[in-house]
Amino acid sequence: MIPIVYNVRSVVQRPLSTALTALGVGLVVAVFIGMLALANGFRSALARTGSETNAMVLRKGADSELSSGLGRDVASIIAADPHVATGGDGRPLVSPEVYVLIPLGKVFDTTQVANVVVRGVSDQAWQVRNHVKITAGQRPTSGRAEVCVGSRLTQRFPHTQVGQTLRFAGRDWNVVCNFSAAGSAFESEIWGENEQFMPVFRGDVFQSITFRLKDPAAFDEAQRSLQADKRMTVDVHRESAFYAQQSQLLSNILSFLAIVITAIMAVGAVFGAINTMYAAVASRAPEIGVLLTLGFKPWTVLVSFLAESAFIALIGGILGCLFALPINGIVTGTTNWSSFSEIAFSFRITPLLLGVGIAFAVLMGVIGGFFPALRAARLQVVQALR
Amino acid sequence: MKYLQLVVANLGRHKLRTVLTVASVALALFLFASLRSVTTTMAAAAQFGGARRLVTLNATGLVFPLPLAYANRIKALPGVTGLSWANWFGGRYGDGKNFFANFAVDAESYLALYPEIVMPADQKQAFVQDRTGAIIGDRLISQFGWKLGQNVTLQGTIFPGDWTFKVDGVYHPTDPAIGDNVLIFHHDYFDERIGRAGIAGWYIVEIDDPSRAPAIAKTIDDLFRNSSSPTKTGTEREFQASFATMWGNVSFLMSTIGLAVVFAILLVTANAMMMSARERTGEIAVLKTVGFSDKLLFTLVMVEAGAMALTGAAIGLGGATLLYPAIHFNGAGFLPGFKVATSTLIFGALVALGLMLASGLVPALRAARLPVVQALRKVE
Repeated sequence: MIPIVYNVRSVVQRPLSTALTALGVGLVVAVFIGMLALANGFRSALARTGSETNAMVLRKGADSELSSGLGRDVASIIAADPHVATGGDGRPLVSPEVYVLIPLGKVFDTTQVANVVVRGVSDQAWQVRNHVKITAGQRPTSGRAEVCVGSRLTQRFPHTQVGQTLRFAGRDWNVVCNFSAAGSAFESEIWGENEQFMPVFRGDVFQSITFRLKDPAAFDEAQRSLQADKRMTVDVHRESAFYAQQSQLLSNILSFLAIVITAIMAVGAVFGAINTMYAAVASRAPEIGVLLTLGFKPWTVLVSFLAESAFIALIGGILGCLFALPINGIVTGTTNWSSFSEIAFSFRITPLLLGVGIAFAVLMGVIGGFFPALRAARLQVVQALR
Repeated sequence: MKYLQLVVANLGRHKLRTVLTVASVALALFLFASLRSVTTTMAAAAQFGGARRLVTLNATGLVFPLPLAYANRIKALPGVTGLSWANWFGGRYGDGKNFFANFAVDAESYLALYPEIVMPADQKQAFVQDRTGAIIGDRLISQFGWKLGQNVTLQGTIFPGDWTFKVDGVYHPTDPAIGDNVLIFHHDYFDERIGRAGIAGWYIVEIDDPSRAPAIAKTIDDLFRNSSSPTKTGTEREFQASFATMWGNVSFLMSTIGLAVVFAILLVTANAMMMSARERTGEIAVLKTVGFSDKLLFTLVMVEAGAMALTGAAIGLGGATLLYPAIHFNGAGFLPGFKVATSTLIFGALVALGLMLASGLVPALRAARLPVVQALRKVE
């Protein structure tokens, strides 16, 4: 085998050309990682929203909370169901919820309006959603016009700090607390008491009912018995599955875009790599002749040049990871078209994503290096040495 | 001109390399044109829609309806020449995997307000007279392979039950703001089935003078300010533009990414072009010895770089311009009226010129400044 140090030294010999090729590959990898981090961040924000241990009841046929509607009778049937877990005080852990969208102007430009989720919850909701934590202030008091604002909203919308007054639905609401929810979509919502929201929004109707399962493994049984109940027509979803399904449309669009854009880019970068390697092979023909004369087998020359191309691409891949890393955690917002609501989430780069990025770079290098390496291996010694 | 052959011969020397270089430039500019068009199409959405049409929504939010009783009060306002209303239905067809918009409208007044909805007169007549009929955009009907006169059943998500409509007409919108993948049916039938709730999702108000739009919008909103359902009125263009802003930063990210992509591929391409020029040091020395001037050699190398960059640009930009209309691309309904704007073509051509300079300048200067004696020493 030709020692790898030969390739490393050859690469270092032409720093500019190596740097340009590696930079090109690096940018492709950076974009690849960046776009997947976007899709990833969005998906994981919604995936974290739903809990495995919760079940969610919507009207039959409704594909989102927005299109659902359930009466008080349904809420009391579910509260009495034996599959529902009970809290420390012996009350069932059920939250019948009002879910509406309201337009809010953004901080930097109040003419830019986003549809923000307003969720009216019961007292139990704070226990049913056990990842929700109050970060500032006190929980809204029952019976008062008070709301709690998700932590992702406070930076981006005016009048959302504790102590301020938010105006919507023709009334003033005192912001009494902020909450975090482990990076989930709840952080982009405004919570208040369901009984307060019903009269100002859609009247005596809930949009969804979420409850804690007594036995999370018995979800199928709970679903069967509730859906079979003749007194109501409902669909029961596991909360985690529901939110995963809500993320599908947009995350499919984002992943599709990531793949199409990077595929086109990758082809361009591979073309570039082929050219670079052909030029490298052409200018080093005498060297290759010497190697062959020394007794190195043609296939070792092939492997050697492939390794060289892969090495340049690897540098590019590492560069790409370094370019992409700073975007990890940056918060961005868009509309989730499945629920029509604005959701904020952060770019999420995982070690797996970085690994895939580097593998992608090396793959580009190997593909781009193959034909030039083949040419190098097939050089005639006599001709090469002239 | 007599040197053209020399340039062509040089390009033909490594056919594969020339093809690959041109192809990667073409890909870069194709991608550039596509991504920039996403942004320009979104920006252009604010230009769609009639200037004489206002949209009145419930001020509390998009999902809240307005009383149908507002119709007569708006109609009576000075400056208002026409009025129609519609309600989002949100029905699902089949397994719901292929989402499309569907809403109920007050048929006669709606079609009168939207001359952009073009369809044969007899189909229009049939629809207006058929209470359970529907009209369908031409893209939608070909997507599902429906036929004129057949029944289509939607499952209501907001308004439960099976809703069956007869396809009375197929329309083609002349304005991209009006979707070509929409099912439109009668508001009266809708209202009856939901128990005469008397609601309208939004009103479309036609006014006589576009310049008075802000004043009339304010009059309408003032009229209902103290009612149970206050309104928010804006021009149809503002309404369209607000949908574009809902994407938030995503469109900005797309264009940033697009530029990074272009830069990456151009970098690699420029590198390949420079390497190929470097190989020819000996040749250039010979040409100089034969009597080619420095200036001429500079020009020849630049022309070669330019030929590759501009051919690639022409293929990439031309390809994007021709491809998208040919496949009726509209970004799954999110980007109606998607097209490559002229400004994108100009921008793309400038990028190609930049590439020509970036990749040609170094080798061309080297060629022009090459000391013959030194260069020839390397040539056998």
